[in-house]
Amino acid sequence: MTDTKNQKLGNKIPRTSALEQDPEERSKNFQEVCLGYTPAMAQLEASRCLLCKKPKCVLGCPVRVAIPDFIKLVSEGDFIGAARKVKEANSLPAVTGRVCPQEDQCEKHCVVGLKGEPVAIGKLERFVADYERVHGKEALEKVADPTGKKIAIVGAGPAGLSAAADLAKRGHEVVIFEALHKPGGVLFYGIPEFRLPKEILEAELDYLERLGIKIKVNYVIGKIKTLDELMKEDNFDAVFIGTGAGLPYFLDIPGENLNGVYSANEFLTRVNLMHAWEFPVFDTPVHAHKIVAVVGGGNTALDAARTALRLPTVEKVKLIYRRSRDELPARIEEVEHAEAEGIEFHYLVSPVAIKGENGWTTSIQCVQMELGEPDESGRRHAHAKEDSEVFIETDAVVIALGSGVNPLISKSSSELKTDSKGHIEVADPDVNLTSKKGVFAGGDIVTGAATVISAMGAGRKAAKGIHDYVMSLTK
Amino acid sequence: MFKILEKDNLAPQVFRYVVEAPEIANKAEAGQFVIIRIDETGERIPITICDANRKSGTLTFFVQAVGKTSIEMSLMQVGDSILDVVGPLGNQSEIERFGTVVLVGGGFGIAAIHPIAQALSNTGNKTISILGARTKELILLENEMKNVSSEVRIATDDGSYGSKGFVTDILKEMIQNNVVIDRVISIGPLVMMKAVADLTRQYEIPTFASLNPIMIDGTGMCGACRVTVGNEMKFACVDGPEFDAHQVDFEGLLNRLGSYLPEEKESKERYLKETPAPCQLEPVSNI
Ligand SMILES: Cc1cc2nc3c(=O)[nH]c(=O)nc-3n(C[C@H](O)[C@H](O)[C@H](O)COP(=O)(O)OP(=O)(O)OC[C@H]3O[C@@H](n4cnc5c(N)ncnc54)[C@H](O)[C@@H]3O)c2cc1C
Ligand SMILES: Cc1cc2nc3c(=O)[nH]c(=O)nc-3n(C[C@H](O)[C@H](O)[C@H](O)COP(=O)(O)OP(=O)(O)OC[C@H]3O[C@@H](n4cnc5c(N)ncnc54)[C@H](O)[C@@H]3O)c2cc1C
Ligand code: SF4
Ligand code: SF4
Ligand code: FES
Repeated sequence: MTDTKNQKLGNKIPRTSALEQDPEERSKNFQEVCLGYTPAMAQLEASRCLLCKKPKCVLGCPVRVAIPDFIKLVSEGDFIGAARKVKEANSLPAVTGRVCPQEDQCEKHCVVGLKGEPVAIGKLERFVADYERVHGKEALEKVADPTGKKIAIVGAGPAGLSAAADLAKRGHEVVIFEALHKPGGVLFYGIPEFRLPKEILEAELDYLERLGIKIKVNYVIGKIKTLDELMKEDNFDAVFIGTGAGLPYFLDIPGENLNGVYSANEFLTRVNLMHAWEFPVFDTPVHAHKIVAVVGGGNTALDAARTALRLPTVEKVKLIYRRSRDELPARIEEVEHAEAEGIEFHYLVSPVAIKGENGWTTSIQCVQMELGEPDESGRRHAHAKEDSEVFIETDAVVIALGSGVNPLISKSSSELKTDSKGHIEVADPDVNLTSKKGVFAGGDIVTGAATVISAMGAGRKAAKGIHDYVMSLTK
Repeated sequence: MFKILEKDNLAPQVFRYVVEAPEIANKAEAGQFVIIRIDETGERIPITICDANRKSGTLTFFVQAVGKTSIEMSLMQVGDSILDVVGPLGNQSEIERFGTVVLVGGGFGIAAIHPIAQALSNTGNKTISILGARTKELILLENEMKNVSSEVRIATDDGSYGSKGFVTDILKEMIQNNVVIDRVISIGPLVMMKAVADLTRQYEIPTFASLNPIMIDGTGMCGACRVTVGNEMKFACVDGPEFDAHQVDFEGLLNRLGSYLPEEKESKERYLKETPAPCQLEPVSNI
């Protein structure tokens, strides 16, 4: 291995691109698109980091990963040490290295990026996590002595998983209750295999189980048990709610009940959670469509579009977005991947009706849009042009407009305060305590649909709040 | 894993199961359902909870072998285990003292309406049950229904039992004979529930139907189970499964239930070809 210890190359060399599967090839399979770095590539990229004394990048990371510290270890060739360093702040680095919108977070603030391309922090994070998984025998972090306190975590998404990990390490007995038959939340049912291989998630879950955390699947809290029952009958000292924003929005336009119309959640759940791409070996199908149109422009829309493209019968995928490319909220890497794979982007069009024959979808009726001046948030408002009807031919429509919060739990407990949109309210975001005694919440259920890392950050903060709370209880 | 403790074949292609699921049994109420997944490659299918015994910690449900999953289920034996059972899902039936309630159960829906009839009768309602099916041997649970109804009337399409004709013929006759009816609940094939709704709408009798759209998660996450009720989109798994039948868009639901017919057929045919002698199954449709 080259010793690059004292070289800080910054922009003297270009950012190291990661290996990728060929677009032509990958648009037909579900294997991971980005293949990451080799050790040499990682060390080369690490040498671009200036190891700033006051690192700006860290401020862009919601969980404050010690970025220069871990990158230094990478450049020294201590990949396992680097992984452990990342894990001090981030319990799922193999996941975040793949799915964080780095261009808006850590890398956005990197000083090397001021004059050129920022250090590829995400790719390095991914590299060290993958390296440790394969080579590291993953020594378990120290777990504190048992405290005798029991904590229930509702929802096994990133918020719940990271809260669980932190609490287990502090010596509490932790049980996660998950509604679906597999834990992981959006990481399992939403984000597809080609972006986040399930094997990685399984390894992370395995790690949690080795920390002594119990995961109970098929448990819909609010139905099989209420929060009160968890605390009073099952003697949990505190509960964390991380149930996410899983309620799909529809367009509220005519034709949405035609066959061939799906919410992105349904489409992705069929394919990811239920393995519809392996029908008939797996029993859940997704209909054999030829053209699939996806409405929306976020990560969910791009995931749905690229998933559709990989289904054997699909010949063409159209993405329908009401603004222009510059406004797409998705991660830029995904947009570039989608373009390379041949997704057809239809910008500045907005659906007004879905048309069909004999109960099946045949096209989407849209109006053309124009962009106005940016508003205070810097986002350009889109408005419809008059008499600008267009019809986009398709036999399936996947609606990816984001999601609201699932009211199952708040409906079952009147003491939980929610805002007008149903988000659970927490008084102090550093503690994440709800209006109900002993009940904490975090992640998308509190903030509305956000990011994996922000959900994990909320989970960690809540873990701290829960720890302080249960340790103050006299039992 | 959820162990099958009892299994009976009650009628052609209709099986009754008693399954160990103490925590669900502890919570289940009339009108709710579970979602089951038989094995790792299985699909998630909703099944009505027909009885929940809190003491023995068991659930009773009925499965009609119509397609790949339900046929596979029909081949499972006492001692086998179902991989996933999640519930209780959906809302419980409204159980109040309404007065006289007519329960209309069609074919396989009789099993689902029995716990509701029982709960209503225990609450002091007068319960009249109208049971219908294609033919005599498909009338399920007649005795059990008699135990929880002050009157049971039966109609078969072929006239092999009870009166020949439809359940709606009996209901109409009752209405025309001035029987005071405060509420009607119907569970059965969609066409039957629609016919009941069309009839009682004319007489403004509050009527509820338990809908059976295709579902996946059963928790309000996927929207596959959406139905139009009174021009609003509802998710049957969390807003239902019972809805005001006068407001339901039955045609829309019927259309959506057909959205996987080719795949369901392929799956079933493939399974039947690969599985040696899976009993003597004939084609039926329960839509
Ligand atoms: C398709 C898609 C792609 C995305 N891509 C990205 C990306 O690239 N980068 C990024 O940062 N973010 C992305 N996001 C957003 C990100 O996934 C979410 O912000 C994040 O998962 C939220 O985490 P969470 O733990 O709050 O909730 P979730 O991940 O939604 O997990 C909630 C869990 O709680 C369970 N649950 C719900 N109700 C109950 C109940 N009553 N009882 C028991 N369990 C319950 C659910 O089944 C689920 O498993 C994407 C989202 C989607 C949908
Ligand atoms: C709330 C609810 C409660 C239910 N309770 C029961 C129950 O107690 N017992 C039971 O056997 N079934 C019940 N069902 C229906 C059951 O879920 C389906 O019959 C099941 O999905 C069939 O799977 P399959 O693979 O065997 O058949 P498939 O291959 O999926 O279908 C075979 C045939 O059945 C029809 N079919 C498919 N889904 C439905 C449906 N949801 N309703 C009516 N017909 C359908 C198909 O159109 C096709 O003709 C319920 C459905 C819901 C939504
Ligand atoms: S967790 Fe995300 S934001 Fe933080 S350093 Fe890693 S990739 Fe960047
Ligand atoms: S800001 Fe950029 S150069 Fe500085 S420590 Fe962070 S990653 Fe390295
Ligand atoms: S089954 Fe998914 S929302 Fe009802």
